Amino acid sequence: MKVKQLSIFLQNQSGRLAEVMGSIGSEEINIRALSLADTSGFGILRLIVNDKDKARAVLQEKGFTVSETDVIAVEIADVPGGLAHVLEVFAKEEINIEYMYAFVEKSSQNAVVIFRVEDVDASVNALQKKNVHVLSSQEVYAL
Amino acid sequence: MIWDKKHECMAEGEMRRLQLERLKESVAHSYNNVPFYRAKMDAEGVKPSDIHSLKDVTKLPFTTKDDMRRNYPYGLFAVPMKDVVRIHSSSGTTGKPTVVGYTRRDLEMWAECCARFITAAGVTSEDIAQVTFGYGLFTGGFGLHYGLERVGVSVIPSSSGNTARQLMLMEDFKSTTLICTPSYAVYLGEAVNESGIKDKISLKWGLFGSEPWTNKMRLEVEQKLGLSATDNYGLSEVIGPGVAGECLEFKNGMHICEDHFIIEVIDPETLEPKEPGEKGELVITALSKEAVPVMRYRTRDISRLIPEPCSCGRTTIRMEKVHGRTDDMFIIRGVNIFPSQVESALLGIDGTEPHYMLVLYKEGAMDALEVWVEVSEKMFSDKMKNLRALEDTIRARLKSALGIAVKLKLVEPRTIARSEGKAKRIIDNREKG
Repeated sequence: MKVKQLSIFLQNQSGRLAEVMGSIGSEEINIRALSLADTSGFGILRLIVNDKDKARAVLQEKGFTVSETDVIAVEIADVPGGLAHVLEVFAKEEINIEYMYAFVEKSSQNAVVIFRVEDVDASVNALQKKNVHVLSSQEVYAL
Repeated sequence: MIWDKKHECMAEGEMRRLQLERLKESVAHSYNNVPFYRAKMDAEGVKPSDIHSLKDVTKLPFTTKDDMRRNYPYGLFAVPMKDVVRIHSSSGTTGKPTVVGYTRRDLEMWAECCARFITAAGVTSEDIAQVTFGYGLFTGGFGLHYGLERVGVSVIPSSSGNTARQLMLMEDFKSTTLICTPSYAVYLGEAVNESGIKDKISLKWGLFGSEPWTNKMRLEVEQKLGLSATDNYGLSEVIGPGVAGECLEFKNGMHICEDHFIIEVIDPETLEPKEPGEKGELVITALSKEAVPVMRYRTRDISRLIPEPCSCGRTTIRMEKVHGRTDDMFIIRGVNIFPSQVESALLGIDGTEPHYMLVLYKEGAMDALEVWVEVSEKMFSDKMKNLRALEDTIRARLKSALGIAVKLKLVEPRTIARSEGKAKRIIDNREKG
């Protein structure tokens, strides 16, 4: 139930993000979700794509620093209070969230939230016990 | 005013005789009391008795900064510690610093040499001098301090830093004389004009040293602070400030204290002497030092000598402002920095040897340094807090290795050009003055 996320180091310079997108776009790689964390000097681009091995190879070929991390993708009803319910599970289990980002599915009434936590397996178990829908990587890549 | 007419205006023949007499004594002192010098001279087959004329100085072996480091801390001391009354060391920190000691007589000589260029710069016992050099192991603060006291100047040892406080002291204590690095002088000049206190300050003289500066900077700082600025030269390995200094009247070359120092100019590649008046590396031999005699020290500073007498009345040979260096050292806020120091600070960060680049630029009037470090996959993390921690680690290591805080920029791999052979580690974006 883990999803692979790619993280890419970007220095704060115009055109760098466009270059990342252009490189993977021209290889027919599709982005499922992304977030960008930034400071005044640099940024960390986090991507979930449909073909992470190919994307990683393409970006490394271009000279980017890329790392791979396990994250959790959770499906949440796109209604008020949907996210709060999931966060309560984390809070009760004392699971610390490093960061998260969300997007809305095109074809359903649901939202997908990506969580980065220390212990992925324990978190998945806790969420599933509370009947939270944790997406498999196939499900995420197929979104 | 001339501080020491006897020595500063000595007839040439008399000066050469005095130099030869002192050179013989100094070489014998080094040979007899410093095993390092004895071994070096023996290896070259030179004995103190081989010194018959001043030209014979070229028979002596060179001393380098590495020699001083290898003899850290007391290996080059020629007197027992009971006769040493002061210890200073270099401002740069490439590995071990270079250490110099002073006997009571050395301190006397040092204060006398400083008193000469202080007087030549226009300063008298009527003046009030603010010394914004750091007081400590750095020779600048104490060197100027004792020289100023010798002249009878009222000294304010305000030491370095805290510009607002410096301005307050300058205004309230009515400082007439400013002692600092030329880049800090320009910075203070801007601060004085921004805070609108130019009409309330009483500065007349500026003695700026410890880093190279241009005549363009001189005009700028003279106009901004309303003073007359002179340059002076020295280095901690030889004595500190006091080797040479400009005269107020002509500001055209620094008068060398020839009775205490012989300066040769050599080709840094062939090590052969240059023709009189030609540019080359300055090599200094001290003639009267007791604690740490200095034999043909290779300064790495590039300049030329001006043999023609100056119209100010001093007969001593002058040296031009330092034009540059034969190595890759540069100076930021008065601190000597070698790129290799950055390299050693970065070694072993997360088990890697990061690629780096040094970018020199102007921050207002001050020279500043930004260090670029490439983020490799080993150093990289998807978590912001880890990258922040990496930045903090690198910053702390750089600060402890360089002695000053510098800007850090994490960059993508391959930002820094890889070159065949020796990598280019410095980009200099400071405008050439």
